[in-house]
Amino acid sequence: MALKIVKGSIDRMFDKNLQDLVRGIRNHKDDEAKYISTCIDEIKQELKQDNIAVKANAVCKLTYLQMLGYDVSWAAFNIVEVMSSSKFTYKRIGYLAASQCFHESTDVIMLTTNQIRKDLSSPNQYDTGVALTGLSCFVTPDLARDLANDIMTLMSHTKPYIRKKAVLIMYKVFLKYPESLRPAFPRLKEKLEDPDPGVQSAAVNVICELARRNPKNYLSLAPLFFKLMTSSTNNWVLIKIIKLFGALTPLEPRLGKKLIEPLTNLIHSTSAMSLLYECVNTVIAVLISLSSGMPNHSASIQLCVQKLRILIEDSDQNLKYLGLLAMSKILKTHPKSVQSHKDLILQCLDDKDESIRLRALDLLYGMVSKKNLMEIVKKLMLHVDKAEGTTYRDELLTKIIDICSQSNYQYITNFEWYISILVELTRLEGTRHGHLIASQMLDVAIRVKAIRVFAVAQMATLLDNAHLLTGNMQRNGICEVLYAAAWICGEFSEHLENPMQTLEAMLRPKVATLPGHIQAVYVQNAAKLFATVLKSQEGNTDGTVTQDTSQLMIERLPVFVQSANLEVQERASCILQLVKYIQKLQQKDVEVAEEVSALFAGELNPVAPKAQKKVPVPEGLDLDTWINEPPSESESEDEQPKAIFTKEEPKHSRARHTEVDEKELARVRCSKTVAAFTAIRREARKQEQANNPFYIKSSPSSQKVYQETPGVDHIPVIQIDLTVPLKVPGLPMSDQYVKLEEERRQKERAEKKKKDKKKRKEKRSGRGKKHDSGPESEEDITPAHMVDIVTEEMPENALPSDDDEKDPNDPHKALDIDLDKPLADSEKIPVRSHRAAEAAKSPVEDRDADGIATQLPKKKHGKEKREEKKKKDKDRERKKSKDEKKKKKHKSEEKDGDLLGAEVDEPVVQSEEPSQASEPPTSNSAEVSDLDFWLSNAPVPSNIQEVPKVAAAEAASAAEVISGGAQDSEPDEPKDAEMEATKPSKHKKKKQKKEKEDKEKKKKKHHHYHHHSDGVGEESVQNGTVEEEEEPLPSMSNYCLLAENSYIKMMMEDADQVYDIQGNLQDGSQVVVSVIFENKCDSFLKSMEFNVLDSLNSKLQRPEGSGPHDSLAVPFQLPPGVSNEARYVFTVQSIVMPQKLKGTLTFIVKTEESSTHEKLDFKLHFTCTSYLITTPCYSDAFAKLLESADLKSSSVRLEGVNMPFHHLLARICFHHHFSVVERIDSCASMYSRSIQGHHVCLLVKTSGQTVSIDAKCDEPMLLGNVLDEIKQTFSQC
Amino acid sequence: MIKAILIFNNHGKPRLIRFYQYFTEEMQQQIIRETFHLVSKRDDNVCNFLEGGSLIGGSDYKLIYRHYATLYFVFCVDSSESELGSLGLIQVFVETLDKCFENVCELDLIFHMDKVHYILQEVVMGGMVLETNMNEIVAQVEVQNRMEKSEGGLSAAPARAVSAVKNMNLPEIPRNINIGDINIKVPSLSPF
Repeated sequence: MALKIVKGSIDRMFDKNLQDLVRGIRNHKDDEAKYISTCIDEIKQELKQDNIAVKANAVCKLTYLQMLGYDVSWAAFNIVEVMSSSKFTYKRIGYLAASQCFHESTDVIMLTTNQIRKDLSSPNQYDTGVALTGLSCFVTPDLARDLANDIMTLMSHTKPYIRKKAVLIMYKVFLKYPESLRPAFPRLKEKLEDPDPGVQSAAVNVICELARRNPKNYLSLAPLFFKLMTSSTNNWVLIKIIKLFGALTPLEPRLGKKLIEPLTNLIHSTSAMSLLYECVNTVIAVLISLSSGMPNHSASIQLCVQKLRILIEDSDQNLKYLGLLAMSKILKTHPKSVQSHKDLILQCLDDKDESIRLRALDLLYGMVSKKNLMEIVKKLMLHVDKAEGTTYRDELLTKIIDICSQSNYQYITNFEWYISILVELTRLEGTRHGHLIASQMLDVAIRVKAIRVFAVAQMATLLDNAHLLTGNMQRNGICEVLYAAAWICGEFSEHLENPMQTLEAMLRPKVATLPGHIQAVYVQNAAKLFATVLKSQEGNTDGTVTQDTSQLMIERLPVFVQSANLEVQERASCILQLVKYIQKLQQKDVEVAEEVSALFAGELNPVAPKAQKKVPVPEGLDLDTWINEPPSESESEDEQPKAIFTKEEPKHSRARHTEVDEKELARVRCSKTVAAFTAIRREARKQEQANNPFYIKSSPSSQKVYQETPGVDHIPVIQIDLTVPLKVPGLPMSDQYVKLEEERRQKERAEKKKKDKKKRKEKRSGRGKKHDSGPESEEDITPAHMVDIVTEEMPENALPSDDDEKDPNDPHKALDIDLDKPLADSEKIPVRSHRAAEAAKSPVEDRDADGIATQLPKKKHGKEKREEKKKKDKDRERKKSKDEKKKKKHKSEEKDGDLLGAEVDEPVVQSEEPSQASEPPTSNSAEVSDLDFWLSNAPVPSNIQEVPKVAAAEAASAAEVISGGAQDSEPDEPKDAEMEATKPSKHKKKKQKKEKEDKEKKKKKHHHYHHHSDGVGEESVQNGTVEEEEEPLPSMSNYCLLAENSYIKMMMEDADQVYDIQGNLQDGSQVVVSVIFENKCDSFLKSMEFNVLDSLNSKLQRPEGSGPHDSLAVPFQLPPGVSNEARYVFTVQSIVMPQKLKGTLTFIVKTEESSTHEKLDFKLHFTCTSYLITTPCYSDAFAKLLESADLKSSSVRLEGVNMPFHHLLARICFHHHFSVVERIDSCASMYSRSIQGHHVCLLVKTSGQTVSIDAKCDEPMLLGNVLDEIKQTFSQC
Repeated sequence: MIKAILIFNNHGKPRLIRFYQYFTEEMQQQIIRETFHLVSKRDDNVCNFLEGGSLIGGSDYKLIYRHYATLYFVFCVDSSESELGSLGLIQVFVETLDKCFENVCELDLIFHMDKVHYILQEVVMGGMVLETNMNEIVAQVEVQNRMEKSEGGLSAAPARAVSAVKNMNLPEIPRNINIGDINIKVPSLSPF
């Protein structure tokens, strides 16, 4: 034994270490592979030894070899051995090797669980660190599940070094074991505020990664990040946060509004370019998410564009590149502001850096207009000529085509120019994009009828000069163009000037060297040309000429009949036979031209790219059933090769088809004979036909035709207005067009000027309006050809598209988890897995003591969390209803614009809320959780309503009293001052707030308008329609008088509801009612008690331990003239009916000499609309909802409604919690949802003074009541 | 996320590879070759961003690289990383190497690949930026090196290697990788 050890250490002296290995490899440059293989043999020997040092050395060398590309996975077990060494040096080597070569399918990984767990809990922080680092590279779902809890514990380690690593690795754990996200998230969130900047940065990093994929789950963290953003000075963290906000803003436009200011400040103040750039990027994202109509944001856009221009002008290529990159983002929404920098971008096209040129090209795409298209393309064509390197040139080519063809050729005013551009592009050598050019030619020629004459002439020239293209055509793709040329010449042969010449060109022997699919088109179209030629020749000359033509065909076609390509062969032989037959007839002096051309009569319509997919399967057709009985088992064995063959065939045709390009063409020929096919076969054939337009003609049944398909008559007729007659012999230069276009425009402008002058003369007596002959606007440019672009056909009753499929393999999909839901017990991370038993035997036990210690606080932590959640939910209700109040503070808060405002508020909130008072103040998390609250700087259109019915008998007219009340309630200033002096500070704060509120109340009218117009604006953004700001909306109040006597006035506000997610009552729904108590008398009111007589359906929530009839103390006293607000939560069982609850308020009126007990009765009225929650709904979802059959409908008519339609809508939105889904003229669809999930859909139409509302809801009773209430709302005004 | 970190020299020889996503060795080598091909044909005065290395896939990814004397440092990152930030990170990493190896040169990377890995592990972990403060990184690396020394090291190798290197007649490799000498324009990422 001893000897062995000695021997081992002696051996070691001769072992190579890493450096020796490296040196050796460098010295064996000629036979490196051989040298390495001997080294690997040595390493294998070393790994067999017991000495861990030798093993570690060997593993270290393996890591190096792995880098050189050698597979070292065979040593995985040895790596695990080295990992488990107790010495840090070896352990580190082991983990490094593991991180380099382990992956999910490495089977020894499962042996590492306990070792890693042990290392994670090592007292040496570097052991832990090394284990974490290694684990981050090879974590598997099993490891993640088994170790999640240990890592969670490490997130609260005393050493920041470990904490930050533990935080970072959690992201990997989440990815592999998504169930851990929810339990771990609270702690992760805590780490955002870790005292150590490194840990904080790691947490930001992880949450940013998470949020990037599933942003909506992290919206609630926005306030916290906002705080970090305004407080952090670490640029890394700032960049991450700002990037995160960029991902969040599209989901929440209000967030964007809040961000703009701090971001612009950062843009102005920071010196770090990276930060500046990210700020600009996020501002752009914000601007995109906001409606573009906001005037005050044009400044921000200008700022961005300006800064970007500085970047682009910078000599640093990196900044230039990024500037262009960001510019392209602005381009999408604000093309105008980018277009003004065209000069700069064109300049970038000349940059020596290809990355920059490509970015500039991207930008150009969005910058073209009718006016500058020709100019820009001309410039690009110059670049095409100059460009060296095919990749860039190809990129240019595709860009030119993209630019021209974008949005259905919107910017092309002269298609002749475009065709000549395409023809010019065919002269590019070595481009891969011949097929792209070809498909453009086909598309234009088919869809723009007016251009066919010109296109055909061009294509004929191309065919004639095919030898120019065919120089090295087999190698490059440009010969694809001939495919298009041949097809166009054949299909539109009636426009050919000299069809005979083209026919000859198409039958040249050299054609046989073209790719098969092109030859096939040649043959087919030669036949079409032949028909045309016959037609022109017949009648006006003697028979010999026509016979010569046939003879030409018969002579030339055999070359194709011998083609190796089946398609060519088949077509050629078909046509050859046909021509032979024709020749026979001709010899008998029979006129055949008519009949031959009938073969190709009819028009081809463009078919939309996805049309084929969308053909609905006709009724009664089962595509899966066998047409013929399937062959029996034994037979099928023999048949197999055949089956494979037939299977391949359709594939072939499809593949070829994609070459033809997305625009599939369907030939729809009309003929007198209607095939006696069965419906099913016809259907099947039609599909086949759509698949392959050419097939049909060569097949014997090609004349059987389907008359039910829309034929020629359905194609829109095109008006041609050729202002510039053009006949350019030979291949034209596109440049000519630029000039011509210029002239044409000038001419037009001159004409227009003339007209203007005339007008001006007429108008001379007027104000002398300026007629600027400055730069013409887009609309001024009339296209040279009035062109109808034929739209692509879709099958009748095509199915709606379903394109946006997400990658189902995205690991982040599993992380789309609602983080705000409270944790269920089942969701805990498994503390010890099934391997725990093994662990117990191992020395791991020794750490269990502190394991438990760390576990304990964790459990407690979990409990806390749950409590917090509950509280949050409550808070949310409370705060939602507070939104209203918040809004009043809108003005003042806009000034400080951060969370401070909210914090000031906090004490007041607590005093208002008796049920909350007992709980510890966790204002922070509560605040953070409530995004709406935080965002309420920007107005929320929802949640505010007025319960229209006033219970108290004395309330004659609600509106009157309320507005009057608001004014009445202005505090008596001097008295207030007196009171203040004697009050405790807490009260004082309340007081101040109160004052603010009161001041705001004066402005109330104004505010309501303000909120509401905003609200409408926002909704219109959501639904993608821009609504113009019309006349101001009348003020709408959200308070209603509850009861009043000489002492006190109670007003009920904003019954705001929250569907109780927690479900602590089955199907329970909660309604929060806030009541304003206002002291109207000169005496002090105290000991107020609020009580409501519960009904079966609705119950007041009382604190635990109090009986069902106990009253609730109002948590404040009221000095004279002061009002305050309290909130009460009711649970409601059924929401389909309005509810009335009787209640009493008792209080003591204290005057200087005496105090009296007083009482006020009131009735709380819960309308059905108060159970509705404003829920935005998109029009597609809305449509889907309406289609579903389970909605009951009902309708109501309102007569004599005398208000503008948008007021009407606003009123419904405001009072009844609906949101507008879509508005078209005097018709609007609206949506709302009840707290119990009923959908309520309205269709509001107005004509004159009559408004009709058609409504659908899955609960008829609820619907009826809601409609009644709407009716009532409008009857009151 | 950082998807991969590659260091190779002017001839495309890998000096350090660190993939944060699994690829087979064969694929790794192919990626290195392709990346080298893309990067090496670019002038030194063009921008440091490259799109569309087809192997480390997708439009979301970018190659961000820097060329120092004989070495290319290439980071493959996705869109959640700031471009300029990543450039800054490369700078931080190289400066850290420079500090740890005292005037780092390619030879240091060749003979001490493991050490370079350990340093990188303190900068980037599992594809995410762990630490950007150079002093902090250097401190952590040094503590660990001291630990290793106290354990006696892997063998007495370092000393031997150093002497060996010194005695070797190597083809001349420019020793001027010293970052201080090369004036690289670093966008001012002030508190990095």
